[in-house]
Formats: sequence, C-alpha cells, structure tokens
Amino acid sequence: MAEGAELAADQHVRYIVTVEKKKDSFESLVMEHIRLNGAYWGLTTLDLLHKLHAVDAAEVVDWIMSCYHLESGGFGGNVGHDPHVLYTLSAVQVLCLFDRLDVLDVDKVADYVARLQNEDGSFSGDIWGEVDTRFSYIALCTLSLLHRLHKIDMQKAVYFVVSCKNLDGGFGAMPGGESHAGQIFCCVGALAIAGSLHHIDRDLLGWWLCERQCKDGGLNGRPEKLADVCYSWWVLSSLIMIDRVHWIDKKKLTKFILNCQDKENGGISDRPDNAVDIYHTYFGVAGLSLMEYPGVKPMDPAYALPLDVVNRIFLRK
Amino acid sequence: MHGRPRRPAKPEDEEAASAKAAKLRDLQEHVLRNHHSRTYTKEAIGLSFKLLEINPEAYTAWNYRKLAFQHNIKELSDPEAIRSAVDDELRVVEVALRQNPKSYGAWYHRKWLLNQKLSPVDSKREFGLLDKLLKVDARNFHGWNYRRFLARFMGAPDEEELKYTMDKISDNFSNYSAWHNRSILLSNLLIQQRKGFESKQKIFSEEFELVTQALFTDPSDQSGWFYHLWLLAQTSTPDNPQLIASWPCNGTKLSSSLLKEKADQNTHSSIWSHSLKERTVPIVLYFNEPVKGLNQSSLKVKSDLDFGKDIQWMALSTTDSGYSNCWTTYLQIANECSSSQQYSVEVSIPCSDDIVSRSGSNHNSSVHFTFTMELISNDTQDIDLFDKPVAWNCSESLQSHGKCEHIPFDQLKITSALVEEDSNWHFESLSEQIDLFRELSDDNSKFVKLTLARLLLACAATKSRGRSLIERKGYCEEALRYFSDLIHLDPSHKQHYEDERSLVLMDKLTCDMETLMKHCSVSVPLNHVQFCRLSLTRIGFAERLMWVQVLDLSHNSLRSVEGLEALQQLVSLNISNNHISNFTALEPLTKIIFLKALDLSFNEIGVHSIDTTRYICSSPFSHKIQECEAFVECQKKDINVEEYWDAILFFKSLKLAQLDIKGNAVASKENFRTLVMTLIPSLKWLNSECIN
Repeated sequence: MAEGAELAADQHVRYIVTVEKKKDSFESLVMEHIRLNGAYWGLTTLDLLHKLHAVDAAEVVDWIMSCYHLESGGFGGNVGHDPHVLYTLSAVQVLCLFDRLDVLDVDKVADYVARLQNEDGSFSGDIWGEVDTRFSYIALCTLSLLHRLHKIDMQKAVYFVVSCKNLDGGFGAMPGGESHAGQIFCCVGALAIAGSLHHIDRDLLGWWLCERQCKDGGLNGRPEKLADVCYSWWVLSSLIMIDRVHWIDKKKLTKFILNCQDKENGGISDRPDNAVDIYHTYFGVAGLSLMEYPGVKPMDPAYALPLDVVNRIFLRK
Repeated sequence: MHGRPRRPAKPEDEEAASAKAAKLRDLQEHVLRNHHSRTYTKEAIGLSFKLLEINPEAYTAWNYRKLAFQHNIKELSDPEAIRSAVDDELRVVEVALRQNPKSYGAWYHRKWLLNQKLSPVDSKREFGLLDKLLKVDARNFHGWNYRRFLARFMGAPDEEELKYTMDKISDNFSNYSAWHNRSILLSNLLIQQRKGFESKQKIFSEEFELVTQALFTDPSDQSGWFYHLWLLAQTSTPDNPQLIASWPCNGTKLSSSLLKEKADQNTHSSIWSHSLKERTVPIVLYFNEPVKGLNQSSLKVKSDLDFGKDIQWMALSTTDSGYSNCWTTYLQIANECSSSQQYSVEVSIPCSDDIVSRSGSNHNSSVHFTFTMELISNDTQDIDLFDKPVAWNCSESLQSHGKCEHIPFDQLKITSALVEEDSNWHFESLSEQIDLFRELSDDNSKFVKLTLARLLLACAATKSRGRSLIERKGYCEEALRYFSDLIHLDPSHKQHYEDERSLVLMDKLTCDMETLMKHCSVSVPLNHVQFCRLSLTRIGFAERLMWVQVLDLSHNSLRSVEGLEALQQLVSLNISNNHISNFTALEPLTKIIFLKALDLSFNEIGVHSIDTTRYICSSPFSHKIQECEAFVECQKKDINVEEYWDAILFFKSLKLAQLDIKGNAVASKENFRTLVMTLIPSLKWLNSECIN
C-alpha cells in the first residue's frame, strides 16, 4: 500500500475518547445542543473499529437518559435542551449499540415519534411543526428499531416521501425541494425500511448519485459543489441500498477519505488539511465500512448501525 | 464543522478562545434557565437574541422565542403593536441568516411566523430578502424552499415563478437549483393545462432550444445535461402504459406430449410445454412500465377449458403498492382428457380505467391474443428430465446443432408495443438533436457522448413502436460504440457504462431472428438459449425471452438477475462463473415456479460483508417477511439464522432437483450442506453428486 494510504485507527479512537471530555471549548459549546448526535457519531465509530469497550457503557446510558423528557417521551440534544426527533433517534441508536433498549419506556418513546405524523403522512421534527423528509427517515428508523411501526400510517408515510421525488430521480426536503444527497439518503433509507424501494427509478437515481464523484475521488452532495467526506456516507449508503455502488470508483474514494485524516492527532476532516471533527470522523469511517475496508466492521446502510447490531435486533428471537 | 483549515492551537489563541467560550457558556445557561422558568421579560428575550446572533443553531432558543412571542402577543390587541412584534421576530431571523444563511432554525422561525397569520405579509420585503440571499448563493436550497413556500402562501402564479427561473438561468446557466425549479413548475403547468401550456410538444420544443443554448455555451456545466435527460424522458416515453409482450403470444401452439412432437418433425408446429404437462400454464403479460389493476374484470380469459378456480393475476416484480411491469396468472387445468384434444384460449385486455400506471395514465388501447393448447392423456408417462444431472455444454458451438427449426420462431413474434405510434414529432425531434450534438462530439466530453447514446436509444424505441424491432440494430451498434468510448474517457464510472452496454447488447441480440437464432438450440425436449462470454453485467429485454426453457448465461460478469422473473417457462438456468455476491440478489429466481436445475458455481457468494441487495429483496429488515417457519426449522438444526437468513429465504422458495454451488465461499462453511438438504427436499443432485 502506498505511503500514507492507511487508516490510523488507533489515533481516531484516541481522538474520539478525548474529544468527549473536552466540553468547554468554544467549538464544543457551539455544538452543545447536538451532543447526543455527537455521542452516536463517536460511539458508532468506536464500535466500527472494534473499540466500543473503550467507554463505560453504564456511564453512557445514564447520560443518554439524562437527556430524556419524561412528559413527552422524547430526547433533547443535551441535558436541558428541548426534545426533538433528531436526538431521539440518536438515543435509540446508541442504546442499540449497547443492547440496552431495556432502559426505555419503549411505548412512550414510540408514541412521542408517532404523534408527530401529519395528515399528509409527513413527520414534524417536534411540536413546532417543521416538516422535512429527514424526519420521515428518523421516524421510520426509530420506530422500526423499537418494533413499533404499527403506530403510524406506513402507507401515507411512504406516499409523502415519494411526493418529494424529483424529476432527476433524487429527493428533496419537501415536495418540490431540490435533490440533495443528504435528503436522498433519508428518503432512500425510509423507503428501504418500509420495503418500498421499487418506487425509485434506480438507474436514474444511481446515475445522479454516481456523478457525485469528483475528479479528486471524493463525493459531493449535488452538482457543481465541492467534495466532502460526509457524502461518503450519504451518497454511498444510498447507492448501496439501490444496488448501484459499483457505478463509482471505490479505490479513489477510499484514497480521498484516507487523505482527510489527521494521522498525528486523530480524526477526519471534510476535506484534506481542514480541521477534524467527530462528525466527519464518523462519516469517513462509515464510508470505509461500506467499502469493506479491512479492520472496519460492516454497516447496515439503512439503519446506519453496525450489521451485527441490526441483525441481532431483527433476527434474534 | 465545514471548511475550517487545520491549525495547531497557539497559546495566545487559547486564552482568547477560553474567554469567548466562557461568555457563550454563560449565555446558553442563562437562556435555558429562562426557558425552563418561563421567563418572558424583555431582558430575557433580549438574551436569546444575543445567543441566536452568535449561534443560530441553538434550536431551544428558537423554541423559547416562539413561546415568548405567543405569551406576549396575547396581551396585544392593537394591530400596529402586533405588526411591530412580528417585525421584531422577522428581524431576529434576518440577523441569524446573516450569520448562517443555511440555518434550519432561522428559516423555520420565519415560516412559522408567517403561518401565524397575525399581520399582513410584506411581500416586497420577503421577496427582497430572498433575492438578496439567492444573489449571494444561487444554490441555497433553504432559500429556494422558502421561495416556493412564499409563492404558494402569497398566491403567486406559477407562470411568474417560471419567469424568475428564466431570469436566474439567463444570469448564469450554471444554476441547477433554477433548472430544478423550472422542471417542477413546468410539470405543474402542463398537468393543470394552464393557458399557453396545453401542448407538451410546443413546451418541450422550446425547452430543448433553451437547454441546447446552455449546453453549447458551457458544455462543462452539469446542470444542463441533467435537465436535458429529463426532457428526453418526457418526450420519448408514451403517455399511456402499453403491453409490449406476452407469453404465450398470438398463435402459439403448446403441446404437452413429446411423442407427438417427434412424430411431427416435418410439419412441426407446437412447442413442448413442461408446465402444460403439470397442468399449470402461466400466462405472462409484460408492460412498458409498472401498472396495477389487473384482475378478472379488467381483463378476460376465455376458453372451453375448465380452469378449476378463479383467475388471479399476480405481480412478478417486487412490489407492495401493487405496481409491476410483469404480471402472471397460472391457469390450473382441471379437464380430464381421454385421448388428445386441442383447446384455444383467448386473452383480451380492453381499454380500461382500472389498469393504470404510476402517473395515473390508463391502458387506453385494446389488445387481444389467442393461443392453443393440446392436451394428451398419456403425457404423464414422460421421461424424468433429471435422472442425470444437466450438463452444460457451453463450449460447443450452437450453430453446429442445426436443430433450430424445432423452435417455431414464427410463433415468437418478437415485436414491441402491440400498438403503433402515431406522432412523428418524437422521432424528428430526436434526429435533430442527434445532428446538433454530433457537432460537439469531438470535444471528448463525456456528457456529449452519453447524451448521444441516450438519444440513439430513444430513437430505437420510438422507431420500433408497433413495428418490427429490426431497425433497432443500427442504433444499438452506434450506441455501443459510444459506451466503449465512455469506458475509456471516464474510467471512474466504468461499471455504469458496462451496465448500459449490457442492456444495449441484449437489445441487439434479441431484436431480430437472425441474431437470436445463433444463440439458440434445442436439447430435446426443451429449447435452449445461450448468451455466454459476452461480458454481460445485467439482463435486459427479458420480455423477448419469456418462451425460453433452458438458459445459459455462464461466463459473464452478472451481478444481478433482475428481469429473469419474467421467464416463467424456465426449467434450467446456468449462471456459473459470474459475479453474483449475495443470495438476496437471486430473489427474482424464487418467482420461477418451474425452475428445477440451477448452476451457481464459481460466483462470489460469501465473500462480501456488505450486501447491496439487502433492501431490494424481501427481508425482515424491510418488514416484508414477518414470521418465517424456515428460520425456526433451521434453528432446531443448529443453523445460525443471523448468519444464514438470506440463504434460508432463498432456498426455502425453490423446488430444485439439481443445484451446483461449488466455488462460492459460502458453500464450504459449516452447516451449509445441512441447510441446503433441510430446505430443498426435492433435491437429487448437489454439485453433481447424487443425494439419497
């Protein structure tokens, strides 16, 4: 292998474990409200690198539950922050990693999510009513992991997602919204979980997605934009779910991701030589996982969790 | 999180950063405290403004502001005071957007305010704000989403919004967001048949001119190429769904006896049907796009035969909402027969409001076909096709067999839509564009070549509608040359072009009798088609192969067998030496109820940890499978369900007599043989070994 073209797994593990402790920098404070998402990104990465045991499970579970709102059944982004589905999904996903769904009042949490479905099948993010296909994905993913999909109108949920399909084969945040790889992941993921991928023209969308690969080997989020490591997940997992991942050059993408590492201090950035963060570290490693990079656990592209975790949830009686 | 350069921290930086951080921490804590204590004083609200100015992503602060707003507005009755309060909030949003023009929280707060409908909307201010933001970043999708919301909210007509997209595109052709909005608006205007938008032909001609201008001005910008692909799809697909193939087809003669066939070698006219022998006859209907609504009232099957029970039509492609390209019914023949008798079956599909495509267009042409079946009373005393394992003689040249006359090709009637295309406009428009883009093809732009290939294939489709397919050959050959070029020009996307190439190759191989015959033979009593060593990566035009009983696709590069579910007559299939990487990719084979021999050897099953068809097939993860008896059965035999769920779901659906699976990593795993033996009781031959 070429010099430098290796995954600095140990450094990334160390980065994640230390960044978790640095709560008081300006950068951390500005992200304080999404700490629960950060927990999911960091812990899933640790699991993918076979190092989930580097953290204290009980401590993590306790902290997750301190973000729980008893009245509503939802989770906030951090202690004292309002409940929202964005953080509710992360909470459920982290508990899945540790196989600790038993700490939840499952029906209460499921009802919080189910109550947010609207007449047209869409989902609001919280009681304030913002609608976005991100929330459709979150709702279906959360309820599926909790085995409570029967609490919502699945057909309407699917029809709403399909109504956000654009003429280029992609999906936007709401009907008429421009196709964007992040929204596409959410819609494809939602349809995958609902067993409804046949609504997608896979050749058309596959072509739009494979054209995200730039000359530098990285992937962008939509036409005429710069490559960014996070799209290694959004685009790649979408391609995998529709069985078109062979339409991109995986070697070149792998090289791009590896070049975004800070091999000294650990962590991965959006582009080579930029500042690293937990978000891009997760997406870089997740992208490598989807490309079967040695030493990284395989991931489920729809639930965004390690494959063994998802198989355990759905196949173990 | 994005776009910050990597720099080591300097000590001076650290002190300043620490102070900044302390300030922010205090502010956030204070705002949360006010929120939890429901403190909505002017001072408290002011703090939230300070916070959102620095950090518009602090979503709880936006929630707090909404609560404070609702609380304080209750006290106000004077419309001026109310308007002023709304304005204050709008200004906070503007400040936040200055800090981050892509803040979800900021944009939604504004939308939420307008939706409260507490004071009239200042249209100039709103559109003015949008203009400013979209001038700075024409691709800001938050801005475009808000613009669509505003237009609907204010009742601005689509025609006006269309003009705005034209303005943005004229400013700069490279504006995917504007082209996208244009496509949405045009679709709506056409569907609503608004004044000036009645004729698809007129509108799309104008759009082709517009986009061609853009493409010639700057062929390296992608937006125009994507827009062009959409226009092409709009103009080269028929408005209404059409039946393009059936098996049996008009004039087919099926017979259930071998003896009769051998006797009639000169006046040979019937096709031996193994399924007829088993008294189950599939009728397969293949449409040009997914449709639903096939049932006993929307189509009629008439015959003197006794079918035993009601005719049910089933979708063969995976679906949960009922749409499928490919539909089948299994006629159960209940007749007793003393010697030999011929029966005819007539299938009629009238114009129907029930049979509709996804876009809501109905099947608006009337189609019918008639075929005959000959039942022989002693036909059950036939040879066992599997007393020896099927040998695949791939190396033998088929042409030397010279048995092709046993396949009644005249009965195959390979045509496309049974309905002729009236308008010539499609074809003329496509030819014009081909001439135009050929002017650019020397530039070695991949988009030009790809577009030319697509245009040629659209011509092929348009030209052959309702007529013979032979004219497709020329277009296919030219398109193949472009795909070869593209593989060299754009190697990152090589496998995309290889997939496209495979489809075109299959089109070329099956569109006329002369070519197809070179790949056919008869290994009595079954007809046999061979497409080996053609570098095929996927299967296309399966609707032309629905009569095939033995298919050899070995030594290709197949990753997928999608399409084969239409081949309901298939008894033996060889896909050895391909690139099949998971059992889930083989789900289409579980729909072929008469499949008895399957050769999967030397593929890649068991090598890959990522399954790219996991969600395409029916599985517990997508809730298409609830309880599964086979899982329980396997668990009893200590077979690990978490490891083998996909193998279990695949094998439990098949009634194979013969299976070859050596050369796949999965075949040498522990318990795999037990799994196969448990799930396929009908199996006689495993990897050429006899099982007892």
